[in-house]
Amino acid sequence: MIAFILRRLLQSTLVMLAVALVSFGLFRYIGDPIHNMVGQEATLAEREALRERLGLNDAVPVQFARFVGNALRGEFGISYRMQRPVADVIAERLPATLELALISGTAALVLGIALGVYTALRREGWLSHLIMSASLIGVSLPTFLIGILLIYVFAVELKMLPAFGRGEVVQLGGWSTGLLTASGVKSLILPSITLGLYQLTLIMRLVRAEMLEVLRTDYIKFARARGLSDRAVHFRHALKNTLLPVITIAGLQIGSIIAFAIITETVFQWPGVGLLFITAIQFVDIPVMAAYLVLIALIFVVINLIVDLLYFAVDPRLRAQRPGRGH
Amino acid sequence: MSQRPLAATGAHVHSSPAAEPPLLSVRKLRIEFPGRRGTLVAIDDVSFDVARGEILGMVGESGAGKSLTGAAIIGLLEPPGRIAGGEILLHGEPIHSLPPAAMREIRGRRIAMIFQDPLTSLNPLFTIGQQLTETILAHLDIGLQAARRRALDLLTEVGIPAPEQRIDHYPHQFSGGMRQRVVIALALCAAPELIIADEPTTALDVSVQAQIIALLRRLCREHRTAVILVTHDMGVIAETADRVAVMYAGRLAEIGPVREVVQHPRHPYTRGLMGSIPVLGADVHRLVQIDGAMPRLNAIPTGCAFHPRCKDAFERCRLERPDLMAAGPTRAACWLYPPSPNPEPTP
Repeated sequence: MIAFILRRLLQSTLVMLAVALVSFGLFRYIGDPIHNMVGQEATLAEREALRERLGLNDAVPVQFARFVGNALRGEFGISYRMQRPVADVIAERLPATLELALISGTAALVLGIALGVYTALRREGWLSHLIMSASLIGVSLPTFLIGILLIYVFAVELKMLPAFGRGEVVQLGGWSTGLLTASGVKSLILPSITLGLYQLTLIMRLVRAEMLEVLRTDYIKFARARGLSDRAVHFRHALKNTLLPVITIAGLQIGSIIAFAIITETVFQWPGVGLLFITAIQFVDIPVMAAYLVLIALIFVVINLIVDLLYFAVDPRLRAQRPGRGH
Repeated sequence: MSQRPLAATGAHVHSSPAAEPPLLSVRKLRIEFPGRRGTLVAIDDVSFDVARGEILGMVGESGAGKSLTGAAIIGLLEPPGRIAGGEILLHGEPIHSLPPAAMREIRGRRIAMIFQDPLTSLNPLFTIGQQLTETILAHLDIGLQAARRRALDLLTEVGIPAPEQRIDHYPHQFSGGMRQRVVIALALCAAPELIIADEPTTALDVSVQAQIIALLRRLCREHRTAVILVTHDMGVIAETADRVAVMYAGRLAEIGPVREVVQHPRHPYTRGLMGSIPVLGADVHRLVQIDGAMPRLNAIPTGCAFHPRCKDAFERCRLERPDLMAAGPTRAACWLYPPSPNPEPTP
C-alpha cells in the first residue's frame, strides 16, 4: 500500500516535471521575454542588463531549475498585460471556477448515477426510454450551443436568470463566494447546467451500461438465489460493483470540468481562470498561460491520485495482503 | 435407508392419495422463449418428483434443459423465458406463479441454489462473513451476533479451516475448492429443504471435485436435505445420486433408480450416453457414439425427439410422441416399452 502510493507519487512528480518543461519552454522561447517586458524606448544596454538580472543568460538547465523552484513557491512571474504577479491573478479567479466546477460536477455525479441506476433497473419503462433519448441531446449538442440556448430561453425570453457574470459575491478571507447571495446563486444555475450536462449524460450512460453488465453476473444471480431483497441485490451488491469503473471516468470528468470550463466561462463571461486563460492567449500573456498549464496538470494529477486511492479503498482485490490461498 | 420410500418410484406415480405429497413435484412443465421468429419451446412436458432427503441426478447434453429446469424451480428464469404450462409444487403447494415477494421467502430459505463457477458466484467486494450474515439475516429472525456465530458454524461444517480468521477474508483470498465450500455454506444458511446444484464441480480440479461431492452428500444426509444435482458427469451421478433423470431436447428421456439407469439403461439415448463413457480396464476398441447432434430448439422432430438418431426407431416413433412408460424398474419415454393392455392411469 505504502509502496504503491510512493510509486504513484513518483510518477506524478515526473508528469509535473514534464508539464513544467513545456510551460518553461513557452515562457522562455515563444517570443523574447525581455521584449515583452520593457518599453519600446529601452536601449540595448538596458535590455542586456535586464536579461542578465533575470538570469536569462544562464545555462538552460539552470534556468529550468530556477523555474521549477519558483513554481514550487507559486511564483510564475508578472502578467505582461496586468502588470501584477500571476499567482495573485489566478488566486483571485480560482474561486469562481472551482465553485462552478464543484456545483456542476456534484450535480452531474449525483444525477448521473441516480438516472443511470434507474434506467438500468427499469430498462423497458417509458420514462427510461425518454431519459435515454433526452441524454442523446446532452451527448451530442456542443457546450456553447447549450449555453446560448439556455441564455436565450431563461435570460432573454423568460428573464428569470442572469445571462452573464457571477452576481454579487461575498469575500470570505481570500475566497470570493457567490453561494451566499441570491443573485450569486441565480447566476450559477445556467453556467452549471451548461458545464455539467455533458458529464451528466456521460456518467448516466456509463452507469447504466455498467449496471446492466453487473446485473448479468453470477454473483448477482446467486444473491437472488439466496433470497436477498431486490433492494439489497440492486443497491448493495450491484451498485458497489457498478461504481468501480465509474470512479475512474468520473474523476477524469471532474478534472476536465475544471480544466475546460473555458467555453462555458466565455459564453457566460464568468470571471474564472478559464476566461483569464482565453484573454491571456489573446494578449500573448505568456506567464499566465504557463501558470495555467501547470495548474491544470496539477489538478489532473491530484485527481488521478485520489482515484487510485479510492480504488484501493473500494476494491479488496487490490489490497492483496499475503493472499491466503490453498485448500 | 428405510425412510426413503419414494426413492424407487417412478415419476408420475402418486403411491397413494393419502400419502404426504412429495417435497417437490414438477408437473408437465413447459418453458417457452417468445422471440421474433416464433416461440421456442425449451422445456416440454417434463414431470418428476423429488422426495425429502433424496438426491436426484439430472443429466443430459448442453442445451438439453437441465439448468433451465433448475432455474424455473427456484423462480429465476431469465426473461424472456417463461413458464408456459404445467406446475411446480412444493409440499403440494404451487410455487410457479407466486408473486415475487412470496417467491423470495422460498428462495434461499426452502430452496437454495449452487451455481457452476465458485469463482464468479461470490461478490468480490464483500467478505464472505458479510455475505453469510446478510443471507442469514434475510431469512432468520436473529441478531447480528447470533448470525455471525451461525456463519462460523456453517464455515466449520463445510470444512473451512480456521473459520474465525477466514470469515473476514474476501473471496479472492480463497482457492476454487474453498470458494465452492463457501458457496455451499451460503446455500445452507437457512437450512433449506432442497438444494439445486447446477454443475457444482464442473469448474473445479478433479481432486477437488470428489471432495465437494462428498461434502454435499454428507451434508444432505445429515440435514435430510434433498438435492437436484445437475451435471453432465455420469461418474458424479453414479456415485452420488439416488435416482437419475436423463434429459434430451427439453424432454425427459428416462428416469429411475441410479443403479438401474446406469447399468441397464432402457432408453436408446441413455444407452448411447452410458456407452460413450470410457471404463478403466475394459477392453473396448471403440466407444459407442450417437450419430448426429441434439436438434435445435426450433427444429425438434415430430414424434420422439430422438428418432432421427435412434438405431431402433420405427414408424410409430416418427408419428407419435412417447410419454414416460414403465420399463422395468425405470420409466422411459420410448415406444420400445409400450404400455401394457391394462395400463395404469397416466396423469
